[in-house]
Amino acid sequence: MTVIQRKPVNPIAHLTAEDIAVIGKELDAIRDRVMADLGERDARYIRRLIRTQRSLELGSRAVLLFSLFPPAWIVGTAGLSVAKILENMEIGHNVLHGQWDWMRDPKIHSTTWEWDHVSPADQWKHSHNELHHRYTNVVGKDNDLGYGIMRVDEDQPWHPLHLGQPLWNLLNACFFEYGIAAYDLELGRNLKEGRHRDPEFRARARAVGRKIRRQVLKDYVLHPLLSGPSFLSTLAATFAANLVRNLWSHSVIMCGHFPEGVETFEKTSIEGESRGEWYLRQMLGSANISGSRLLHIMSGNLSHQIEHHLFPDLPSNRYREVVPEVRALFDRYGLTYTTGSLPRQVFSAWKKVIRLSLPNRRPRDRAGDRAAPALTASGA
Amino acid sequence: MTTTVPRSPAPASLRRRFLRLAAAVTTPLVPDDYLDLVAPLRAGADLRGRIVEVRPETRDAATVVIQPGRDWRGHRPGQYVRLGVDVDGVRQWRAYSVTSAPGRHHDPITITVKAIPGGLVSNHLVRHVRPGTIVQLDQAQGEFVLPATPPARVLLVTAGSGITPVMGMLRSGVLAGSDVTLVHSAPTAADVIFGAELRNLAAAGTVRLVERHTREDGQLSLADLAALVPDHRDRETWACGPVGLIDALTAHWAAAERAGRLHIERFRPTVISPGAGGTVTFGRSGVTVTADGSTPLLEVGETAGVLMPSGCRMGICYGCVLPLRQGAVRDLRNGAFTTAVPGDGVLVQTCVSAAAGPCDLDH
Ligand code: FES
Repeated sequence: MTVIQRKPVNPIAHLTAEDIAVIGKELDAIRDRVMADLGERDARYIRRLIRTQRSLELGSRAVLLFSLFPPAWIVGTAGLSVAKILENMEIGHNVLHGQWDWMRDPKIHSTTWEWDHVSPADQWKHSHNELHHRYTNVVGKDNDLGYGIMRVDEDQPWHPLHLGQPLWNLLNACFFEYGIAAYDLELGRNLKEGRHRDPEFRARARAVGRKIRRQVLKDYVLHPLLSGPSFLSTLAATFAANLVRNLWSHSVIMCGHFPEGVETFEKTSIEGESRGEWYLRQMLGSANISGSRLLHIMSGNLSHQIEHHLFPDLPSNRYREVVPEVRALFDRYGLTYTTGSLPRQVFSAWKKVIRLSLPNRRPRDRAGDRAAPALTASGA
Repeated sequence: MTTTVPRSPAPASLRRRFLRLAAAVTTPLVPDDYLDLVAPLRAGADLRGRIVEVRPETRDAATVVIQPGRDWRGHRPGQYVRLGVDVDGVRQWRAYSVTSAPGRHHDPITITVKAIPGGLVSNHLVRHVRPGTIVQLDQAQGEFVLPATPPARVLLVTAGSGITPVMGMLRSGVLAGSDVTLVHSAPTAADVIFGAELRNLAAAGTVRLVERHTREDGQLSLADLAALVPDHRDRETWACGPVGLIDALTAHWAAAERAGRLHIERFRPTVISPGAGGTVTFGRSGVTVTADGSTPLLEVGETAGVLMPSGCRMGICYGCVLPLRQGAVRDLRNGAFTTAVPGDGVLVQTCVSAAAGPCDLDH
């Protein structure tokens, strides 16, 4: 019934089944308390944020009409980058999680929201909310682990193609939104398994195509055209802003589940998983980024990845305030709360990507592995 | 085969093309999303209003003056408007009679609200809302209106805030040439909403006003009414007030075979008291089943053979939400109740919600 791992040290060996049940209850209580407290100030937060983001985007695009002048280019590009980051991270990601559905405002609602991203909102909601958040860090079930293109765990078999993964990862970072769209479509697997004629797959692929067309038309045709003589410089500015946004979100998201210290789980380990065990998997499978208030907002509060994974539909502005309680819970039960500064976590994640591009230094002996103590939580 | 669509006149198509271009520039948003930031009341926007002023009427009632958006089509005296107000961050919809006389197209309108004990929206509007607040609006609606040619003899029977639609009628001046009697009940003289204005109208001879102060005189009975207005059966009558009063009048007028002369407006029955379990109706699938208070609606639907949307089945993905048209559900995680009356359009997560009384899902 519990999380089984093949790691040399089982981080939950010391927990009893009752402990795990209590952890679940305590986390439920934290969630309920904050949920019951949601109100006016939260509504004001998201509305102000949306207003700021839209003004910033509009202002930056206006400045870019004169992007032939270098200062205008710099200001406009910086503004547009920030606007796009806010749009995807603190607004889009969180609205699409249903974090603001409680307001019953049809304009800020997970069922109506569409974001500045080439992956259509409904496809992303499926692959992210339904699959990633449910199967967090379960190798073979959670495609976020390496996005299906990388080896991110010692237990995944090595293949010479993995030698190139630092490069794939860099490319994926630059064109992250396209990577996500392909990932939401499960493009690789669907093509490999010859499902490209499947009508359902084709409909979804067409939807992605439409979304890409609209995004490209806006960013790389219409706005440059509106800039007249500044056509080329506006084009370059939009490209730069999209690049910055992609690099930034890729970095933040890599820090969520890749850094050293984050655990992965076997497929069989989640059969019949209890609520407490589900929580425990989120606790061990996520990592935070420490930093300023601004960093939290710019990262869509995914810097509080642990809290986000515990309570994915809790409004993001509240993660910060539940941190002390969540941390105390980790301490009380002797669990590692993985966190670090952005540079440190990014470095750690990249190091792992590079390390695992090579075969394991001491390939684990499967038979020996099985001989190791049954690494389930005691009391199972 | 191709079908030819008749060409629309040039200006319209030019406008459409412009709008299409504008939408392409703002995608994935629409131009309205930006315009809403600066001009929420403009023509073409979703209908909204801005609260201009809140005027106290009695100790628990206030008149809210609202500047409606450009697309407001006006109202007829006696009609009501549905108002969407954010209370504690959550949008709530309620209906209120328009108390102002129909004015020119862009004149502000007023509604008059009585704070009901425990009433979320009414207390917010009477005591907390500030001028400048934007509210959502629907166009005016309702059949509780005067005919084009007002009858010669009119009876108005109202109680409490039931005076509000009638006030709209009196202020409109439509009844100027008629013989009008108004019988109005309120606990005390001070509780009479628009008391001073009504007494002035009476003094000017516009209406014959019968004020009934129930704390002293008791509830108005049909016998009282017969004594106060002996010719009441011959008058075209409009009545608005609590359910008890309306039911009594309806029965009385029906017994006198004068039902056609009685026009009534019931206060919206909004009381839904959540319990445990109930009948669940999947409106569009045409399925109704009984459910207990602990089985998720998702399971209830699936067991009954309804094709239900779903995802994580544990409350985190929002892949299972359906509109609750009416009724009450309970969140199985924390026991919180959600209730809805028609028009509220509340979406509920069916995988973590159970029936808490009869509920009607739009699916
Ligand atoms: S199925 Fe995921 S929230 Fe209900």
